Amino acid sequence: MSGVVFFLVAILAVASALGLVLRRNPIHGALFLVVNLGCVAVMYLLLGAEFLALAQVIIYAGAIMVLFVFAIMVLIPGKEETGPDPLRLQRLLALPLGALLLVEIALILQSSVFTAAPHPGVQPGYAAGAGGIQSVGRLLLRDYLLPFEVTSVLLLAALVGVLALAKRKAG
Amino acid sequence: MSAALVPLAPLLLVAATAGLLIVLDLLPPREGKGHLGVVALAGVVAALAGALTLWGREGRAFGGMLLLDNFAVFLDVVICYAAALVLLLSMDYLRRNGMESGEYYILVLLATLGMMLMAQAADLIVIFLALELMSLSLYVLAGLFRGRLTSAESSMKYFLLGAFATGFFVYGIALIYGATGTTALDRIAAASGGLQRDPLLLIGFGLLLVGFGFKISSVPFHMWVPDVYEGAPTSVTALIATGSKAAGFAALLRVLFSTFKVAQPDWALLLWVVAVLTMTLGNVIAIAQSNLKRMLAYSSIAHVGYMLVGVVAGGALGAGGVLFYLLMYTFTTVGAFGAILLLERGRQEAVELDDYAGLAARHPLLALTLALFLLSLVGMPPTAGFAGKFYVFGAAIRSGYIWLAVIAVLNSAVAAYYYLRVVVYMYMREAEGVPTRPAPSFAGRLALGVALWGVFQLGLMPAPVLDLAQAAVAPLLR
Repeated sequence: MSGVVFFLVAILAVASALGLVLRRNPIHGALFLVVNLGCVAVMYLLLGAEFLALAQVIIYAGAIMVLFVFAIMVLIPGKEETGPDPLRLQRLLALPLGALLLVEIALILQSSVFTAAPHPGVQPGYAAGAGGIQSVGRLLLRDYLLPFEVTSVLLLAALVGVLALAKRKAG
Repeated sequence: MSAALVPLAPLLLVAATAGLLIVLDLLPPREGKGHLGVVALAGVVAALAGALTLWGREGRAFGGMLLLDNFAVFLDVVICYAAALVLLLSMDYLRRNGMESGEYYILVLLATLGMMLMAQAADLIVIFLALELMSLSLYVLAGLFRGRLTSAESSMKYFLLGAFATGFFVYGIALIYGATGTTALDRIAAASGGLQRDPLLLIGFGLLLVGFGFKISSVPFHMWVPDVYEGAPTSVTALIATGSKAAGFAALLRVLFSTFKVAQPDWALLLWVVAVLTMTLGNVIAIAQSNLKRMLAYSSIAHVGYMLVGVVAGGALGAGGVLFYLLMYTFTTVGAFGAILLLERGRQEAVELDDYAGLAARHPLLALTLALFLLSLVGMPPTAGFAGKFYVFGAAIRSGYIWLAVIAVLNSAVAAYYYLRVVVYMYMREAEGVPTRPAPSFAGRLALGVALWGVFQLGLMPAPVLDLAQAAVAPLLR
């Protein structure tokens, strides 16, 4: 089973990597990179490194890619590279797609994902318990709870600091 | 549950007040944030009172990463005094400069939280995070006067050099972890007994000292001090000079005396050299300064040298003397910066030496107050400065560091020149140009009053506080 998944994901990874290199439109390239990063995340999952897989999705495919896309959009304007104005279609699609997303969230929340035992293919703590979500979570929320909390305060300070420096004086 | 939170009480009070301020900042009135300063002050004073009631109690929290002992309580009190006085000074100062904002008070509280965490941390990771919390808040505060180029320069330099020092610090932690397999201070102490000459541990320890040296601004990690002190808003300068130094010394003393006790002969020798260099360089360069904030910056470097004399001397007298010195230095320095902050010429702050010519004739009370703070920095009896120097230098002599004490006393004599020069300007010169005048600020005067009380309380009756300071270092030395 996992062999089949691996080959499917590997082919997808190679294809998306090729797409990233070969497409001329930088936005398309960035989207191919998202697919590629997602494939790598699945491979981590196959190896039992659940935490790494989640971090890969949240940090790389999520945060860093958003940054990429923003940078591309800010630095390379011009309609000839992004094609004809896509906003009209997007506006029409926004409402049904949003509704679909809500339904999906509701379905997931009601399903057994949050209550049932972990998926048999993915054993928690596979690699001697090192990369498993349980062990990382235990470290983070028990042994290293104080550093974890202080880090959140540190991020709060950074947020307030950015506001203080960037805010324009009214009047 | 509630018993487990007791060691955290002062920290929680400050953190909760910061959270409260974030909410209050969003509520009306939009113009004028003076009430936020009052709330922040109330939070810090509550933390100060909370810390005082915890005297004599011992406790640990978060699996031993955070601890409460008399040492932590003493430094919490020093830091809370610094923060409270700075908040008092800030209120009118910000309004006069048109920079009043809720973020200022939030960041002062978060910086204070970081400082107090440093005093209570028992794990290198927590020390590191607390250091960053304090530093990050102070970087922003230093650059808060956005319209002024010097303020931006101050913030930028502080940030770049501070980030560099952080790199050293983290690398040191990593090497120590590599050598001992732990970041908990007591377990490092236990492991380092068998690893006395382990190069990994020694290099890690050295890198840690570099990071601390930057935060307490000892030579050769002092380069940032004059520009940052000069450019930052004066109230922030006072906080950097007192609170962040107290926090740096808190973590440094804990690491030196309780964790690396086995290496004491080694680090004492190293710090002997650093202490001499720090006080000599600070004092010699301060002579040439005509800007009062810059002069006080170099003087603060020199005072770090005096405090390091106490660290080298060691024992209850030396380490306790350092704590006493930190408390007296906090009152004196906040007072001196506060007097500068209250005086303005036209719309500008009066920071040049010439601005102080003839001040005594026109504003005798402010001139007298500033003169008393400067005399305390010189170390004249009966001010607190004399008691502080007496204890620290006395500890050095008792531990056999005669030459160190001689150099320190000679340095104090040099320092008298540039402090007394300001007094001479105030009392014996004629004023020129636009007259300087003190800003009408009740909170500012209150802050000066409290600082003056501290200077004389510690100067006239130093023994009870010294006893407390020696009791405070007892947990480190056993």
